[in-house]
Amino acid sequence: MMAHEVEGTAPVHGAHEVDYLRAGAGVRSWLLTTDHKRIGLMFYVLVVLMLLLGGAFALVLRTELLTPGPTVISAAIYNRMFTLHGVVMVWLFMIPSIPNIFGNFVLPIMIGAKDLAFPRLNLASLYVYAIGAVVTLAATIAGGADTGWTFYPPYSTTTPAGVLPVVIGIFILGVSSIMTAVNFIATTHTMRARGISWGRVPLFVWAIYSTSIIMLLATPVLGLTILLVGLDHVYHFGVFDPTLGGDPVLFQHLFWFYSHPAVYIMVLPALGVISEVVCTFAQRQPASYWAIALSSFGIALIGFAGWGHHMFVAGMSELDAGIFGAFSMFIAIFSAIKVFTWVATLHRGAIQFNTPMLYFFWFLFLFVFGGMTGVAVATQSLDVHWHDTYFVVAHFHFIMVGGTLTAFLAAAHYWFPKMFGRAYSEPMGLLTSFGVFLGFILTFLPQFLAGNAGMPRRYYSYPAQYQWLNVLSTGGAYLLAGALVLALLNLLIALRWGPRASANPWRSRSYEWMTPPIPPEHNFPVTPVIDRGPYDYHLTEEEAHARVSTAR
Amino acid sequence: MNELLRQLLFLPEQRSSLAREIDGLHYFVILVTMGGAALITLIGGYFLIRYRRRPQDTPRPHPGAFARPALFLETVSLFALGFLFLTFWTIGTRQFADLRTAPDDALDVYVTGKQWMWKFGYPGGDSEISVLYVPAHRPVRLIMTSRDVIHSFYVPAFRIKQDVIPGRYTTAWFEANEPGAYPILCAEFCGTSHSEMRGQVIALDPVDYERWLAGGLASAPAFAQKAAAEAENELAEAEPTMPSRGELAAAKHGCLRCHTLDGTPHVGPSWAGLYRAVVPLESGGERVADEAYITESIMDPLAALHRGFPPVMPSYLGQIAPPDVAAIIELMKSIRDVPHGPDVPWDGGVPGSSVTPEGVTP
Repeated sequence: MMAHEVEGTAPVHGAHEVDYLRAGAGVRSWLLTTDHKRIGLMFYVLVVLMLLLGGAFALVLRTELLTPGPTVISAAIYNRMFTLHGVVMVWLFMIPSIPNIFGNFVLPIMIGAKDLAFPRLNLASLYVYAIGAVVTLAATIAGGADTGWTFYPPYSTTTPAGVLPVVIGIFILGVSSIMTAVNFIATTHTMRARGISWGRVPLFVWAIYSTSIIMLLATPVLGLTILLVGLDHVYHFGVFDPTLGGDPVLFQHLFWFYSHPAVYIMVLPALGVISEVVCTFAQRQPASYWAIALSSFGIALIGFAGWGHHMFVAGMSELDAGIFGAFSMFIAIFSAIKVFTWVATLHRGAIQFNTPMLYFFWFLFLFVFGGMTGVAVATQSLDVHWHDTYFVVAHFHFIMVGGTLTAFLAAAHYWFPKMFGRAYSEPMGLLTSFGVFLGFILTFLPQFLAGNAGMPRRYYSYPAQYQWLNVLSTGGAYLLAGALVLALLNLLIALRWGPRASANPWRSRSYEWMTPPIPPEHNFPVTPVIDRGPYDYHLTEEEAHARVSTAR
Repeated sequence: MNELLRQLLFLPEQRSSLAREIDGLHYFVILVTMGGAALITLIGGYFLIRYRRRPQDTPRPHPGAFARPALFLETVSLFALGFLFLTFWTIGTRQFADLRTAPDDALDVYVTGKQWMWKFGYPGGDSEISVLYVPAHRPVRLIMTSRDVIHSFYVPAFRIKQDVIPGRYTTAWFEANEPGAYPILCAEFCGTSHSEMRGQVIALDPVDYERWLAGGLASAPAFAQKAAAEAENELAEAEPTMPSRGELAAAKHGCLRCHTLDGTPHVGPSWAGLYRAVVPLESGGERVADEAYITESIMDPLAALHRGFPPVMPSYLGQIAPPDVAAIIELMKSIRDVPHGPDVPWDGGVPGSSVTPEGVTP
């Protein structure tokens, strides 16, 4: 299955060093660790819990929507539930998922560093995240905001539900995001091993680096905006309240100025994972390294210019709508560069087909279709019909679940041997991957049609004509949930009973695979000097080894 | 072809002058996006099979590792894609301008959204709730605002949608191309009964429209009467009950800072079991807490003060609208059977300015 000849017990690691999992025992050694790998694992546990929680909320919502009228919960609970689902999935799962777990774990190893630039800041970001999660969840469950994750005023400033505690929780989560972003940027700039020039940085690092720039620039805007909503709600400042001279549409501009780039905070790391997976399993350097690396930047920068497409029907002028529409389509061009380059990389590769690669295959369809429907909704006249309907719900779930979640799962399988030194069951991985795809399609394809037919989102009850589409969608949601739980179980079982994996089971040339099966605490006992690129598959294995030496 | 695609994509009937043209772009965009996604997946899938790793592979690099990528083809595809997007954008921009620019001869109707109903006002002075009567084959311009939070006026059959925003006016227009009743939905989340905030556009034949203008609903055609009755039912579902509106009003005006609803003693008399109870007065004598006494106590609380309670309640004369007073009384009626509890005032603080409801002191 995964038993290939070992490429690297690479020359740079000390053979007898204790791996990071055994480097210290006891709760203290985990809770006070500054090891980026352990912090990554702790994020892993928390973030997966949040995924399960957000998924459970989604199932309640879908169950409620089985019938046009009330089914299992009341309208007031339903409104809190979809708010919870959105808040948990966006801020507690999607945004921290790939950067904080896999970014934390592999980014330093990928650039030959012993840790992140600010290890304590990294640990702090974990605790800030945990505090933010507790505050947000406690607030949403205790009082419960019923505004949706978008917090549009004046509803959010006048609702009787408790909005301020929730936004304080999200504010705290934003602080954690910023801490992580600063750390990744500083690390990428200053901690690269000798020989890893900008042209040799693995593509996943480029993706995380671009993501960090967006986080750093956009998150403060969200933090302050959402805090203003909270203060408006309690103290009636009137910034967004028209009865006090404020402007509710101003909020929408500020909110989407963050939240549209936030889509790329969620998607760019996924694109980075896919780049790694494609190159490794095709055993081929990317068709164009710079096209992939720089298109991440393109997305990060142009991503800031498209926010207005969320507001075409909010009274925007035709000129503004035209400009925002054009910028939005530009982003799709940058995404297309990546997609074409991945496919071109497969061409004449030597492709090993396994679970991460199957996830890549699903990703290809879901991301392209989700992205292209993004261009469709950026087309101004079509958006008028689609805006705030299930079409948009289906579109962003295609991008965020179809894109980010499949890439997350690809990463979970791809780096599993490196993180835990064991191999998961490949047949089970492939099977659950099929289940995820089928469940996903069954859940969200009917939602495109429901949106076309005119079903608005955030509807507790709906006209009976939409029912059978909703029944299909609910069935799909249960299938998707089941497949995800099985995929998780497959990995959990492998954690304990999986066969031992070699240091480099996929025969990758990327630098993180140079470490022992489970990396030691400081990754490399001596900082390596690397005289080759991360995708130099044109070298023989001996040559690839020979170009890594130890520095003195 | 139009009909086939429309049904395949589940689009509603095209009942406005612009709907068909917009759907044309819709078909084009969806076919291209669907086709593009399928194509790239097929190509990817073909490569996955065609270039799968052979068992005889050795640690030596496979020949493909030296192959030159087809970057020229990639660049050409990118420009083709960009050109396609530009086409979407060009058509979309023109259509968007059409959607936003009402013809000069349009009939104006004023629309007010509020939680959770639509109100339509005609220049002639009439107004309708939930049902918008319009003449078919004539452009109608909607001039819209909201009384509370943001709503969105959405008629799927017309392919129009426009946010309705408090503090400003937004417009939308349409020309119904066939008489009929078309659902109005609220598309912007606006609170508990958001999904019940529905209505009907009833497009009438111009002759019928004139008849309706003169004679009202009774002289409208049967389909219109049926749709209006349906809208009436939906409105009833969306409207909160009087007691629940009373509770909202009581919360809004700060009543619940001093009065409780469950019989617990507090600054003022609990409202539980208060309605129609006999109330002993500070000045001696007693009154029955009926509508008259309750209204008087709201407007001039000290005139007939409940014995045993501090004289701290401010007058709400001119502060609270009559419908809210009615709703509060209905709330009191609804908790008439809740045990009243002992008539002892709250002793948790010094009576005085500190317990005066903030912000409502006249």
